[in-house]
Amino acid sequence: MSQATKVEKDTVPQVGAGTVEETSVPAAPDIRVVGDTYRTVGDYTSANPVVRARNVDVFYGDNHAIQNVSLDIGKNQVISLIGPSGCGKSTFIRCLNRMNDTIDIARVHGEILLDGEDIHARRMDVVMLRARVGMVFQKPNPFPKSVYDNVAYGPRIHGLARNRQELDRIVRSSLERAGLWTEVKDRLDEPGTGLSGGQQQRLCIARTIAVGPEVILMDEPCSALDPIATAHIEDLIDELKKNFAIVIVTHSMQQAARVSQRTAYFHLGRLIEVGDTDQIFTNPQHELTEDYITGRFG
Amino acid sequence: MSSHAQGVKERVARGIARRYRRERNFRLAGLGAVLVGMAFLAFFFYTLIGNGYTAFLQTHILLEVELSESSIDPDGERDPQTLGRANYQGVIRNALMARFPQVEGRNDLRDLFALVSPGAGFELRNQVLANPELVGQTIRQWLVADDDVDMLVKGHMDRTAEESERRINDSQLGWIEQLEADGSVARHFNHRFFTSGDSRDPEMSGIWSAVVGSFFMLLVTLALSFPLGVATAIYLEEFAPKNRWTDLIEVNINNLAAVPSIVFGLLGLALFINFFGLPRSAPVVGGLVLTLMTLPVVIIAARASLMSVPPSIREAALGVGASKMQTIFHHVMPLALPGMLTGTIIGMARALGESAPLLMIGMVAFIVDVPESPLDPATALPVQVYLWADSPERAFVERTSAAILVLLAFLLVMNASAILLRKRFERRW
Ligand SMILES: Nc1ncnc2c1ncn2[C@@H]1O[C@H](COP(=O)(O)OP(=O)(O)OP(=O)(O)O)[C@@H](O)[C@H]1O
Ligand SMILES: [Mg+2]
Repeated sequence: MSQATKVEKDTVPQVGAGTVEETSVPAAPDIRVVGDTYRTVGDYTSANPVVRARNVDVFYGDNHAIQNVSLDIGKNQVISLIGPSGCGKSTFIRCLNRMNDTIDIARVHGEILLDGEDIHARRMDVVMLRARVGMVFQKPNPFPKSVYDNVAYGPRIHGLARNRQELDRIVRSSLERAGLWTEVKDRLDEPGTGLSGGQQQRLCIARTIAVGPEVILMDEPCSALDPIATAHIEDLIDELKKNFAIVIVTHSMQQAARVSQRTAYFHLGRLIEVGDTDQIFTNPQHELTEDYITGRFG
Repeated sequence: MSSHAQGVKERVARGIARRYRRERNFRLAGLGAVLVGMAFLAFFFYTLIGNGYTAFLQTHILLEVELSESSIDPDGERDPQTLGRANYQGVIRNALMARFPQVEGRNDLRDLFALVSPGAGFELRNQVLANPELVGQTIRQWLVADDDVDMLVKGHMDRTAEESERRINDSQLGWIEQLEADGSVARHFNHRFFTSGDSRDPEMSGIWSAVVGSFFMLLVTLALSFPLGVATAIYLEEFAPKNRWTDLIEVNINNLAAVPSIVFGLLGLALFINFFGLPRSAPVVGGLVLTLMTLPVVIIAARASLMSVPPSIREAALGVGASKMQTIFHHVMPLALPGMLTGTIIGMARALGESAPLLMIGMVAFIVDVPESPLDPATALPVQVYLWADSPERAFVERTSAAILVLLAFLLVMNASAILLRKRFERRW
């Protein structure tokens, strides 16, 4: 039954920002009237999706933290999630690699497909899923082990390298792609926690890409970093999108504008509007989006 | 506006003085508490050391002992059995009579013989057995003195008191003073205290069998409580669902940590000895009982140290696709281990100092022989303290204090190693 309703909702055409206003945007876009039937403004689908999330609801106990969110993550693209604090951005991306499973009180409803496979299906192993959907956290969290072991840990537990040479190669190429190799190549045996904050965050990125994921989720990866380290990471994200689909949560509108091709605006657990980054920042359709990006709110 | 600002400033200034005063008072109160504590500790150590240090020395009497072949080895074959059976106490008596030839009469002779410990004969025997060529020689030998002589020499007995008031009579006092006058009385390091078991004669008694008993007991406790406690903590903290049952278990564990230890002793008596039929007075039972007592402490410490591992480390491991087991054993455990070990050592230190439950399971026995396995009858250090504290002989007073000092030294070493461990492996994020 629920499957049927899902399909029905899925097939409701919502292509392009123009078609939306008659059907679902209320005259005064006030959060009160953005009820259960609220439909996201803009095109939440993607031509070439890796992840397709449909009608996702998340509850923390009684707190309905995410309400009926549908969103595609496109291949070789960066999508940024913006919105005021507590609106559910982190909660949403944690659905994509099932990190919410680790929270006892969290319940996730809805359908999330990775390359067409349901990530909640019984066949889908959560360990496998997290190898395919990597995550970089807000605060750099290297393991209290050497730089080398930090990067080698994922490949090791997944058995990605047959021998030491292969592992060395993976570590090296991951560090290179994370733009960290030249800085740490002489200190691979030193603890990862001894690096600077920006280096630690790039180490965490290297650790994530060492597993060879399809999607990288980044939850405010630069919020603990200074502008120079931030610029470094942003360049890196630009580079990484050639190989990965990237979801980045950010509080910096400038950062969203700089690094992402698509932008999604969340508000109080709802996905209000999603569209091309240029369009969202120059011509937002929904009043809440406009209020937020013009700094009138949030 | 500026007058308003002035007013605010004044009020703040007044407040600041009060705040500083409060802070100073609080600091003084804290300092006072520390000082009172230190004073009690100083008094405690002053009395302990004051009473106990003399036990580390033992009075000896120098005599010319004639190990004549006729009395020790009449066959002349140096057969260890014959050598072992000889009357060495008699040899020592002869030496005493030779030293004081004027003493006659049964009573006087008995008083004379009482100067030297009954244990001196055993020591002489062991010496001859180890070294048979001594037979036929006359050796100058320091013999261990009787405990009353020891007390007199150490000044614990008033030489000027009425004869009936002291355990050394006037003639004995005369002989001792004669011996002292020509340097034949001396205090030597009391190795017996560290190497022998309990004895009815204070001068022959030592703490070694209690130390070994305590060691076996702690071994059993450690081998059981650490793995069990850590496994329980990991299960409760990482795997168990959070529901009413686990809440109940948690409350019970916390409660068990506060249960009087004697209750565990009763449980051990009923369960291990009466039901499972394990031997009485054995360190293995003591260890089991102490495990029951230590387990809650270990579990609580292990859970606390698991909880203190920052969640970011777990997230990082889960984020690259580590399973729950891998996350725990590769990342959480190494970080939590020092805390777990610290908690375990502190639990063990508590177990080492525990005596009440051991009384219930019969470890209060008088044990002369050093136990060779956890199944042999044994006693433990605190129980030894209890036994000696209960003995009437004056010489056991100093031994009680000395045994307490040894116990404290062990506790100090254990707690210091817990602190070192914590310092050594402390990490900052
Ligand atoms: N572990 C949790 N347990 C209970 N409630 C949670 C938990 N994590 C988040 N929430 C709730 O879910 C809602 C969304 O939180 P979320 O962390 O996703 O917001 P966010 O958009 O990432 O905010 P921020 O920008 O501050 O990081 C909030 O109301 C929050 O209180
Ligand atoms: Mg967040």
